[in-house]
Amino acid sequence: MSETVRDRVIAIIAEQAVLDPAQVTDDMSLADLGIDSLGLVEAIFGIEEALDISVPFNANDPADSGFDVSSVGTIIAAVEGLVADQKGGDAQA
Amino acid sequence: MRRVVITGAGTINALAQDVPGTLAAFREGRCGIGPLEFRDVDRLSIRIGAQVRGWDPEAHFNRQEIALYDRFTQFALHAAREAVAQSGLSFRDDRLAYRAGVVMGTAAGGMTTWDENYRTVFEEGKNRVHPFVVPKLMNNAAASHISMTFGMMGPSFSVSTACASSNHAMGLAFHIVRAGAADAMLTGGSEAMLCFGGIKAWEGLRVMSRDGCRPFSADRNGMVQGEGAAVFVFEEYEHARARGAEILAEVVGFAMTSDAGDIVMPSKQGAARAMAGALRDAGLPRDAVGYINAHGTGTTANDKTESAAVAEVFGQHADALMISSTKSMHGHLIGGTGAVELLACIMALRDGVIAPTVGYREADPECALDVVPNEAREAEVDVVLSNAFAFGGLNAVLALRRA
Repeated sequence: MSETVRDRVIAIIAEQAVLDPAQVTDDMSLADLGIDSLGLVEAIFGIEEALDISVPFNANDPADSGFDVSSVGTIIAAVEGLVADQKGGDAQA
Repeated sequence: MRRVVITGAGTINALAQDVPGTLAAFREGRCGIGPLEFRDVDRLSIRIGAQVRGWDPEAHFNRQEIALYDRFTQFALHAAREAVAQSGLSFRDDRLAYRAGVVMGTAAGGMTTWDENYRTVFEEGKNRVHPFVVPKLMNNAAASHISMTFGMMGPSFSVSTACASSNHAMGLAFHIVRAGAADAMLTGGSEAMLCFGGIKAWEGLRVMSRDGCRPFSADRNGMVQGEGAAVFVFEEYEHARARGAEILAEVVGFAMTSDAGDIVMPSKQGAARAMAGALRDAGLPRDAVGYINAHGTGTTANDKTESAAVAEVFGQHADALMISSTKSMHGHLIGGTGAVELLACIMALRDGVIAPTVGYREADPECALDVVPNEAREAEVDVVLSNAFAFGGLNAVLALRRA
């Protein structure tokens, strides 16, 4: 069974938070997970590498980047959107 | 206590290739930021910077010298020549040679040399590099070539503390002269990181702006890199007076602190302790300060943290003083930035002109200070501070007084 974008993103976030993927839920914020700004930048790099996409994100102004990082759920949705846009709708990474 | 004065200044940066041109640009509020031009720039997402344009090494150095000088060394030597010429000092055949040295700041040293030679061996697959790669890229190359060029045989070394390199270098040169270990020092900083590898590395951190440097403005969205150098002659006061030298300003205080916190996020406490410490070292009250040349990188985090630190140190006087970031014009020269910014401090003290923060568009309640927006201002100031707060939490603040 192939891994979904959701699984990949959760795995990367979980690794950054030093948690088991099963402990990471959609409603959690980065602060809940103990991920600081440097951790976020590293996680985004991990997502770009894993999914071969480009994520528009400026650490100076996260709100203005068009990439919603307010919770795990919004990050997954944003990444799924980027995969659809950049990889021709193939949500299976 | 021995006093330390500045008797010479030199620079090259995106605004001009000398001090008078740079000060003219400060007065005009001219911005030196534009499209970057170098190999593979099309593979970058950040394509703006404050690049030195029209630099012709062959107009300044011979073939043998160019073979040994990375771009950051060329910039440092060019600035040092201007500073030494203005000071009127000669270090040759003189007791002074043994009482004079060089302290230069740089973050990346010969970055262009690294970049070009990695390309040669990794991308082009060659197995041979030029024999001078190591002496070109080493961080102390600029300091060493300045000492060799002018025959300065006292204490010389390089300092590398990221964005605070120049201020740490100049602070240490100040200490060396004040303590009596030398009578004259050439000091400042140099940086030449505007190459593919240099910008690609910074891109990764996602703190660079794609459209401009707007320190303290509510719509700021990151830093913009610059390149260049500035070098000063720091001289013991009696030595300068005895020879009738023109004194540009007096260096009266210096302090260094460490945040011991985060590798990239700034700390209000660390910055505040450095500013307060520089004034304590100078023996001056806080309300003596008329102008602060801010670190003012144009990132969200730096500018609000620096503003909060200024408010904490100066209390009510924070509303009376002026603070500006000239990075909005010459970009962030990283290890060379404090040196170029010291020129704005000298201009404030000598000429009574405060360099502006250009690109300012929208007030930010978290940066509620007089940031001298967009236009230079005439004002008499007696004491100024120059702030530098580096990645790694290393802070260095200099205090200067009118001569």
